[in-house]
Amino acid sequence: MTLPVFFFYVFAFIAVASALMVISSRNPVHSVLFLILTFLNTAGIFMLAGAEFLALILVVVYVGAVMVLFLFVVMMLDVDFAELKRGALQYMPVGVVIGIIVLVELLMVAGSQFLSPELAAGSVLPFGAGVSNTQALGEVLYTRYVFLFLGAGMVLLVAMIGAIVLTLHHRPNVKRQDISAQVARRPETAVEVVKVKPGQGL
Amino acid sequence: MMTPVIGLSHFLALAAIMFTLGIFGIFLNRKNVIIILMSIELILLAVNINLVGFSAHLNDLAGQVFALLILTVAAAEAAIGLAILVIFFRNRGSIAVDDVNMMKG
Repeated sequence: MTLPVFFFYVFAFIAVASALMVISSRNPVHSVLFLILTFLNTAGIFMLAGAEFLALILVVVYVGAVMVLFLFVVMMLDVDFAELKRGALQYMPVGVVIGIIVLVELLMVAGSQFLSPELAAGSVLPFGAGVSNTQALGEVLYTRYVFLFLGAGMVLLVAMIGAIVLTLHHRPNVKRQDISAQVARRPETAVEVVKVKPGQGL
Repeated sequence: MMTPVIGLSHFLALAAIMFTLGIFGIFLNRKNVIIILMSIELILLAVNINLVGFSAHLNDLAGQVFALLILTVAAAEAAIGLAILVIFFRNRGSIAVDDVNMMKG
């Protein structure tokens, strides 16, 4: 067993074990933390496969942004998780049966796959020799796949606007600064001249 | 990467196991939307492992480009899902999926 294969097994074992903990742990905060561990180990596997840019993006974007977002939401919502767990084992047999069927089918496909050598020889975008992974990815991402790149940007923009529109709400009982009303104030509306008779007061 | 040192079957088997764990998680935590969203993240990660494994095996960069796009879509999906979760919790005070029957026509 060579060293890369050994490290692949180490990363894969930790990733699968922590993925199992994600779906089985009682506390959702623990689930998020185990999901972070899964992503970190998958980043190691990507690194072993030669996809350095994707590995680092996985760490920066996923662990750094998306998982922190999950953590915020889990901690912000005051949910009785014990109540949610009750009766969850009711679907356990169905889940086990379907899971085993899917796993066996996928492993059969994975074990019996055969790729013709011509397919590997005639790859569409072969890695350039002496070019780093990030540079090679950038050279195709901004030229050949530029429309997909723009589409991904549109997806992120729509997601951002959608998330803001969904969660934005105005509380009616909160006093806010109304700038147009302030600017529209004239002396007539602001100052009132009152004739005060002597000795009487207002 | 001239010759991939790790066989393609390794990547495919790992992706299959993680995909199955994601599906199993949806069944196991049928009431908890947060864990269901995390299970979807696991499934998308398994797809990414498949793409990167094929990319390394075939010496083809297209797999990594598509893995990048899947990463983008997964991030957008997580943001929208969590936003829906927050407003659902604000309205109902619970995140149980069984309570999602307000939209009955």
